[in-house]
Amino acid sequence: MALIDTGVQAPTRRELLHAIGVMGGASLLYQAMESMGHAAESQFKGPPNLQGARPGASVLVLGAGLAGMLAAIELRKAGYKVEILEYNNRPGGRNWSLYGGDTYTELGGAVQQVGFAKGNYLNPGAWRIPYHHRTILHYCKAFGVALEPFMQLNHQALVHNSKAFGGKPQRYRELAADWDGNVAELLAKAIDNKGLDSELRAEDRDRLKEALRDWGLLDKNMRYSKGLRSSRRRGYDRPLGGGVDAEPIASTPFAFGDLLDARIGGIVAQHMENQHQTTMFQPVGGMGMIGKAFGKQVEGLIRYGAKVTKIDQSGGAVTATYTDIASGETRTAKADYCVCTIPLGILSQIEVDASPGLLAAIAAVPYSNSVKVGLEMKTRFWEDDEAIYGGISYTDQPIAQISYPSGGLHSAGPGVILGAYTFGPASYKFAGMAPEERVRTALEMGAVFHPGRYKEQFSNGVAVAWSRVPFTLGCCAQWNEATRKEHYQTLCAVDDRIVLAGEHASYVGCWMEGALLSSLDAITRLHTRALEA
Amino acid sequence: MIKTLLRCLVLVAVPALCAPAIAAEPAAPHPGEKVYREVCQACHMANAKGAEGAGRITALAGNSNLAYPEYPISIVTGGKGAMPWFRGQLSDQQIADVIGYVRTHFGNKYKGKVTAAMVVENGAPVQLRDER
Repeated sequence: MALIDTGVQAPTRRELLHAIGVMGGASLLYQAMESMGHAAESQFKGPPNLQGARPGASVLVLGAGLAGMLAAIELRKAGYKVEILEYNNRPGGRNWSLYGGDTYTELGGAVQQVGFAKGNYLNPGAWRIPYHHRTILHYCKAFGVALEPFMQLNHQALVHNSKAFGGKPQRYRELAADWDGNVAELLAKAIDNKGLDSELRAEDRDRLKEALRDWGLLDKNMRYSKGLRSSRRRGYDRPLGGGVDAEPIASTPFAFGDLLDARIGGIVAQHMENQHQTTMFQPVGGMGMIGKAFGKQVEGLIRYGAKVTKIDQSGGAVTATYTDIASGETRTAKADYCVCTIPLGILSQIEVDASPGLLAAIAAVPYSNSVKVGLEMKTRFWEDDEAIYGGISYTDQPIAQISYPSGGLHSAGPGVILGAYTFGPASYKFAGMAPEERVRTALEMGAVFHPGRYKEQFSNGVAVAWSRVPFTLGCCAQWNEATRKEHYQTLCAVDDRIVLAGEHASYVGCWMEGALLSSLDAITRLHTRALEA
Repeated sequence: MIKTLLRCLVLVAVPALCAPAIAAEPAAPHPGEKVYREVCQACHMANAKGAEGAGRITALAGNSNLAYPEYPISIVTGGKGAMPWFRGQLSDQQIADVIGYVRTHFGNKYKGKVTAAMVVENGAPVQLRDER
């Protein structure tokens, strides 16, 4: 990681790209950027524009989630006759919002009536869209889904760690400012103590110190200290005002040990991931708007309430046997080809006529679990009292985080807080509770952020445990290095007349983008196969 | 399999070996109860009867596959279908405890103590849960 350069004055990337842009125009510039690793944040190359299906050729799509519906939309454009079978009575799959008046029955039979006010919702599954998820963004625009910013990082939100600050939550802004300031000071000390002499030339050490002074807001002695300079970032005890008491009063930074106790480094890192970087989006009115918009595109093609029990591909066609849930009747649907988007945990229980390799791949991937809890509050007290507009407060309790609604900012009336988004063991603990106990526990734990308001302003809640979701039996496909190596390519390959698609057949696992990219790739290969037949 | 049969024979032939485990304090909760409640019941339900939607969650209540501990050990440590592996998430002792608990509750009356050593002997090796 030595910063000592070789002395060769090569042009910078920017200089080179500018020269290419001037000489060759935009498309050449784009090509050059791609080959240099820029502009390569997405594998989306635009809609597949498939054409020339053989007359009368048909495709059966299993599952009306985003992957299945996109397959249907694009294959129909190519000239295929398309039919979709869907277990639920709505389009969207894990793209889903629960609104007031909705009823949700989980596995085990617990029924929840959602009591949210009009316009409020919980997104049990997908809830945010990164700016570089170009596929989902493209189709949102194409299908008229209005988007608004999703607040990921909010400096005014809180961080709670039961082992730091006596269990009292602190502002992200103060913690993050103090983290950077302290790290900058320590690095500057390391330079002064000759700790970096073997890594840096003298002039680079000086330049780094200069940068650290700006980055960490260090004082003239290269210390991160109490003063108006550090307060510019972490906030003041008395903020800047007008008139006689206008002069600000500096705030006091936290001790570095407390920051380590609060594990603020890990929280800061949350927001740094490319999947969480600015800008993030959400649909206006709930994530489920996307599923509805896709559903509109394939209106009349979906057979709802169809539980697939068998997939056969003998005799030059694909035949799916399914139970029509409403009547209990066993029926079949037949087509030349099949795009199967059924989650692997369910597909592994269905009799599938496919190669042993594909069957092994289907059976090899377990599903993760997660629990989300929506808590409706009578007022938006986090905005009115604390100026928190959207964003996430983190805790080391099992609820992991609470998220304030990014929609309807600064409006009056009730708002829904995401009161829990669990990971790992906490998901199982929460999922094992009855829904009302999950809501009660989330409320109890979340109250640490807003004592005196959280429980007092609560009006009603809903909780979705993904291990008990009837149409998935889990949250997302949970690959690891070994299973990827052994099964991933087989899982994606066209198996005679069947191809699988969904987030499980992607490396963008658990994101809508992965489902869509997988779908586009799968249908492109299936179309090629159909034309070669 | 031979190993399984031998263990059965031993257990049948020497019931005294099993007796202390069965005669545990009736008031003390079974050590596997907490693990069941905080992990297994997320899917298999509090009554261990499982459930059915688009797919099925196996009922552990009255389940004849629990007759020999080797089978549930292989499932809990190695996973099956949508069910992830739990070796590495739970200790071998916790896995032994919860299997022992399920084999003796929910209408199951299988004899024989399940030990951490049996989990070591019959379990799948620890696998990473890299992603999500």
